[in-house]
Amino acid sequence: MDIYRSHVIICGGTGCTSSNSDKIEEKMINNIKDKNLDKEVKVVRTGCFGLCEAGPIVVVYPEGAFYSHVKLKDVDEIVNEHLLKGRIVERLLYKEAFSEGKLKSVNEIDFYKKQRRIVLDNCGVINPEDIDEYIAYDGYMALGKVLTEMRPLDVINEIKKSGLRGRGGGGFLTGRKWELTYNANSDIKYVICNADEGDPGAFMDRSILEGDPHAVIEAMAIAAYAVGANNGYVYIRAEYPIAVRRLQIAIDQAKEKGLLGENIFETGFNFHLEIRLGAGAFVCGEETALISSIEGKRGMPNNKPPYPSDKGLWNKSSLINNVETFANIPKIILKGSDWFREIGTEKSPGTKVFALGGKIKNTGLVEIPMGTTLREVIYDIGGGIPNNKEFKAVQTGGPSGGCLTADLIETPIDFESLSTFGSMMGSGGMIIMDEDNCMVDIARFFIDFTVDESCGKCTPCREGTKRMLEILEKITKGKGELEDIDNLESLANTIKQASLCGLGQTAPNPVLSTLKYFREEYEAHVIDRTCPTGTCKDLLSFYITDECKGCTKCSKACPVDAIEGKVKQKHIIDRDKCIKCGECISQCPFDAIIKK
Amino acid sequence: MVNVIINGHKMNVPKDYTILKACNDLGIHIPTLCHDDRIDPHAACRLCIVEIEGMDELPTSCSTKVKDGMKIRTHSNRVRKARKDILNLIVANHPLDCIMCDNSGNCKLQEYCYEYGISEVEFKGEKKSHKIDYSNPFYYSDQNKCINCGKCVRICNELQCVGAIGFNERGFKTHIGAPFDMELNESECVSCGNCVSVCPVGALMPKVKERIRYDELKKVRTTCPYCGVGCQMDLLVLDGKIVDVKPADGPSNENLLCVKGRFGFKFLDHPDRLKKPLIKRDGKFVESSWDEAYKIIAKNIKKIKDENGSDAFAGFSSARCSTEENYLFQKLFRAALGTNNVDHCARL
Repeated sequence: MDIYRSHVIICGGTGCTSSNSDKIEEKMINNIKDKNLDKEVKVVRTGCFGLCEAGPIVVVYPEGAFYSHVKLKDVDEIVNEHLLKGRIVERLLYKEAFSEGKLKSVNEIDFYKKQRRIVLDNCGVINPEDIDEYIAYDGYMALGKVLTEMRPLDVINEIKKSGLRGRGGGGFLTGRKWELTYNANSDIKYVICNADEGDPGAFMDRSILEGDPHAVIEAMAIAAYAVGANNGYVYIRAEYPIAVRRLQIAIDQAKEKGLLGENIFETGFNFHLEIRLGAGAFVCGEETALISSIEGKRGMPNNKPPYPSDKGLWNKSSLINNVETFANIPKIILKGSDWFREIGTEKSPGTKVFALGGKIKNTGLVEIPMGTTLREVIYDIGGGIPNNKEFKAVQTGGPSGGCLTADLIETPIDFESLSTFGSMMGSGGMIIMDEDNCMVDIARFFIDFTVDESCGKCTPCREGTKRMLEILEKITKGKGELEDIDNLESLANTIKQASLCGLGQTAPNPVLSTLKYFREEYEAHVIDRTCPTGTCKDLLSFYITDECKGCTKCSKACPVDAIEGKVKQKHIIDRDKCIKCGECISQCPFDAIIKK
Repeated sequence: MVNVIINGHKMNVPKDYTILKACNDLGIHIPTLCHDDRIDPHAACRLCIVEIEGMDELPTSCSTKVKDGMKIRTHSNRVRKARKDILNLIVANHPLDCIMCDNSGNCKLQEYCYEYGISEVEFKGEKKSHKIDYSNPFYYSDQNKCINCGKCVRICNELQCVGAIGFNERGFKTHIGAPFDMELNESECVSCGNCVSVCPVGALMPKVKERIRYDELKKVRTTCPYCGVGCQMDLLVLDGKIVDVKPADGPSNENLLCVKGRFGFKFLDHPDRLKKPLIKRDGKFVESSWDEAYKIIAKNIKKIKDENGSDAFAGFSSARCSTEENYLFQKLFRAALGTNNVDHCARL
């Protein structure tokens, strides 16, 4: 094995790749070669670091210099200064990674300090396209242990004892699901990985598959051995090209090494794994719809029971787990269920990965022990709300979840407490909202998403979500009546109770929870015809205050010539002409234009 | 058998029954638009929802099996309210032209709206807008009236096994049609009309010349004369004239028909149809009586048999005859005429 004096780790997640980390890698390798350093320095492209806000991220070891926002033109400097001369490029360091002239290690950065990385352990560390690196980090040890030392029921008992619950949103006990599949009377069984991540803003499954695909493959093989399956499918959306490519590479490498296929570890156990691409329908994350889609049918859910553990793919007993759930399995097998139970809370052991987004400083991917409070996630890890704005609410569970308000900020994050307050864990999207977010508009946004994504099978979801959207649009346009709010609530309750699948049953949650916590905002739209946060354009008017110095910038910027006024005199907006585009506000140097 | 409590009454029902089937057998009427006993539950229209003690949501009775000790309420306020909301949602996206609709009086949606007191459109908003497809010679498809119950799709796919139609687009835009929305006459459709027979509303309708009201028609149960299968069907008769046909639940057809039985009845009143035997006299066919015709046939058979022997005959039977008729036909040839020269058009 070659020994290198230095390693350059470049983030190869989708976020960093879309800001050119692939080109940075290429240039880095070429520059290193030009300087004849290629025998001394190795470039490794890893999975996601999580701190997407600071991307593209480049870390140079052994110093552990954490470079953020690296641009293509910065590559020369990193190579010339750091790699060649040993001088750290201070200007490119992530600001928290450097204090008092000293480098801080990654784990000392606030963003990472309170995190506990189990499933993201290898992300940002190993090259996901090299199976040897995974094996070097104890990869496939758990599979070896299971196949050579444990009986299927031992495996199931270990998972049951760990208390691991499904990370796809429902929170069903994983061990119990495995047991049901094990007990099912079916000549053939299948193991399916649900990688059809569709919540807006959620990308933890993508990052796991991009950063550590072998963990999922290993876990699926373990699951197959436990439940008695020999075939598996990973159902992944085609919009995740990097994840799909790395997963395929990983499957091919595992096959080559004899870790997939026939007679694994010479134990006689066979497991064949294939990828199935989804076309991006949100509903295909629902397990029965996913199964229909693998079968080549239209992605529509079916009534449960029968559950997939009884009658799943091709009517055979099937085990479906989410990517993140699977990614926990090898660790639980290797370190034991007791170790796992020590993390998190009693009823929700382990960690959960969240995709932080919205009005928060550190957008990105975080993995926290269950039971961490919302405050810790938002302020300690997320760095708080930008621009000194006030925190208003957080939406968890994406379009299926609900919002939690500022007075619930001490809520520990686990399955039970989130649903107690009308939200849900969901797959792990966490969208932070500040005082500028209109909650009616947020509800409208999520219902708009559900209307697009409803499969159209059952009446309440197909027709009902559309009507909810129409009522919400009416309210945000200032044409709502008081009875619209009551009708909306009543309709939301019917859709929740009477819909066929999880999509419809949870679609009204954003409406119901905003109605529960922010009813007065709805009423302001309807009674006072105003949007308290100034979000809903139709309810706004733009005014020029006495702060106006008559600089004429606004009238020049106005695309519809709605602002009149002479130089050095207060300007006036013609509200009949104004299209409320906000261009004048962004141009005004005196903050003299307000909307209300 | 399991014990369940339905609407407060203890009932003993077979354990593999769904709640809907148990209730139907007990005479408890639960509305449904998408259920068909012949195919797996679709659970899509959601009208057959019921309340089960201990469950937060309202499960569909068509897809939920009874369990021992289950406490079911089929018409509680909660259930009725949800059913009313669902009907309201359907009606909000349905043309309310019942006065002129060909299916008025035969429409399940109309029936349930009346039952649940849907008197006005509660949700006003976008409605679907589709061109009516008249391309098939026997029926038309008006997707504006479709309620997406999916019965037509499932019958076409699962029972007729043709797969001509399916769901196109999704969500609010979902509608039924041939792939890529091509016209029905360009599709794989075999015009069996079984989709038309199961449509609970007026979205799939036979092309009937007469203006008819289904509740005014007389039903006559009969056996389809087209082949030997013996499909049962109901002729729908207006003033002594057949105006439509509906499949009936016979042992051999279970509410299915083929294109001939379903739509091929117009020859009955055609002026060219032969109703009496014709005998050629002086080079021209003239009408005669059955007695005379049989006499001529018998006379000629005897003559040919005497002159040329039994094997001068060959009998060729029709697929339109029943099994019994075919049996009698071969008996006639073998026993009376004395020949084994008997064959049947279906063997060709």
